[in-house]
Amino acid sequence: MKKALCLEVNGVTKRFGGLFANENISFIVEEGEIVSIIGPNGAGKSTLFNCVTGFYRANSGRISFLGEEITGHRADRICKMGIARTFQIVQIISDMTVLENVMTAALLRFNKIRPAVEKAEEVLSFTGLVAKKELLATELTIADKKRLEVSMALATQPKLLMLDESMAGLTRVELGGMIALIKKIRERGMTLVVVEHVMEAVMEISDRVVVLNSGRKIMEGSPREVVVNKEVIQAYLGEKYNVVGS
Amino acid sequence: MKNLSLRQIASCIIVLVLLILFPLVFSKPFPQHVMILIFMFGMMAVAWNIMGGYAGMFSFGQVAFFGIGAYTSSFFLITYHVNPWLGLIVGGLIASLIGAAIGYPCSNLRGHYFAIASIAFGEIVRTHFNNWKLIGAAEGMTLPMLDESFENFMFHSSKLPYYYIILAFLIISLIVCHFVANCKMGYYFRAIKESHDVAKVLGINVVWYRLIAIMISAFLTAMAGTFYAQYVLYLDPESVLILPISVQIVLISMLGGAGSVMGPVIGAAILIPISEITRVMLGHKGTGIDMLIYGALITLISVYQPKGVWGLLSTIGKRAK
Repeated sequence: MKKALCLEVNGVTKRFGGLFANENISFIVEEGEIVSIIGPNGAGKSTLFNCVTGFYRANSGRISFLGEEITGHRADRICKMGIARTFQIVQIISDMTVLENVMTAALLRFNKIRPAVEKAEEVLSFTGLVAKKELLATELTIADKKRLEVSMALATQPKLLMLDESMAGLTRVELGGMIALIKKIRERGMTLVVVEHVMEAVMEISDRVVVLNSGRKIMEGSPREVVVNKEVIQAYLGEKYNVVGS
Repeated sequence: MKNLSLRQIASCIIVLVLLILFPLVFSKPFPQHVMILIFMFGMMAVAWNIMGGYAGMFSFGQVAFFGIGAYTSSFFLITYHVNPWLGLIVGGLIASLIGAAIGYPCSNLRGHYFAIASIAFGEIVRTHFNNWKLIGAAEGMTLPMLDESFENFMFHSSKLPYYYIILAFLIISLIVCHFVANCKMGYYFRAIKESHDVAKVLGINVVWYRLIAIMISAFLTAMAGTFYAQYVLYLDPESVLILPISVQIVLISMLGGAGSVMGPVIGAAILIPISEITRVMLGHKGTGIDMLIYGALITLISVYQPKGVWGLLSTIGKRAK
């Protein structure tokens, strides 16, 4: 049985001057999947994210979400259609409390404050930040800030969640917590696209992995297939990973 | 989200009663005039705060809205005998529309760049009005003497009615600001102030919400403009369209505490008396010492209390609990 298509990226190219940040990239994401995008720094992962979420306008190619074309749509409109994202560098509202941050995100689907607060409380208990809801966003640790950003993304009630390096800079324990959270989000039926450098997380959560290098897609497959691929090892993982992996 | 507590409402009522009684106790013109200026600048600072303190658009061009308000009602009064109250509404609408028309192409400007653009806006309006024959150009306009009445928005024998009218305007502005700050719009403004990226990713139409902030702010500021014209009965570009007025509005808000409803009013209550008193006592000596004192105070506040007097008060309040 074929699953419904969530996101379809078809031949997307993004140029900055003469530099091809993304060159003819295509892949699909089915509903309920977790797809990871990996690759070395400068491979074009974040650019791809920005093209899909409307922060950049692709030079060519098409992007559709749930059967509707979203190429060139404004970022806020794409968010309203149901794609939420986080940033590599955490984006939160620093002079608001944790609860206010998530509540502001929830206001996308409500016009009144009260139901938005209720939604925010619900999201915060789900992500495990409810005890810290009265703290200012700036008072949180980096791990909690990332968790807050994920909570804000969830509060916009998306159908597709795109996380840009939500595990970078975390300690081992925090990493475990974030992996557990992502699995929990997925159990609720969410589709996820994840940019990640932490390979053990990629291995553990992904259904499929897309590998980028110098703006091109060099490989796509299951996590097991990807880590033994010669080209991927050469471009990104390094010989050492092969030794440990096999 | 936050409703006013009983204690806050009680203190508001007490302050209001005191303000209503003030001109009856201090019946000399000077204290009343200072209070009128406090309310007028307080109102404009509250309006600035919606744009600057909440939505993060540091406008140094508020004087343009003030001037447009003053000129619109006066022009219609002189030329077509339009009632100034109606002129006040029309002036507010025109200021809002011009604000939106200027704000739209500035949609992507933030921080210093927005500030620079807003200075340019104010100066363009001043230069234009200085050369616009229809509205008196550099000579300005003198309002006709009408009978003293509330309906005519004109009073000759006493400042008292002006005092109560501008107090009412200030209260209206505060209610608008309180409402804005505590509804969806206010939270969206604060997200936009933080960064356009974070706002977009929460599904906020940044351009649209910034225009709303500008329009509300412009309308209220233009109301103060009409009031000023009716109060002074004479206006020219060099008195209602100069950059120092814009700067003073920003300073008052920053000193009092941008991003809080009451902060700007407190700023006005501190700065206006200082500037008026130093001007009256020291200004005529031509040494500019009034401006020195004024400047020193602003420097001290911005170095030691960037959140303004309101920030200081609320920190003390929290500690006391």
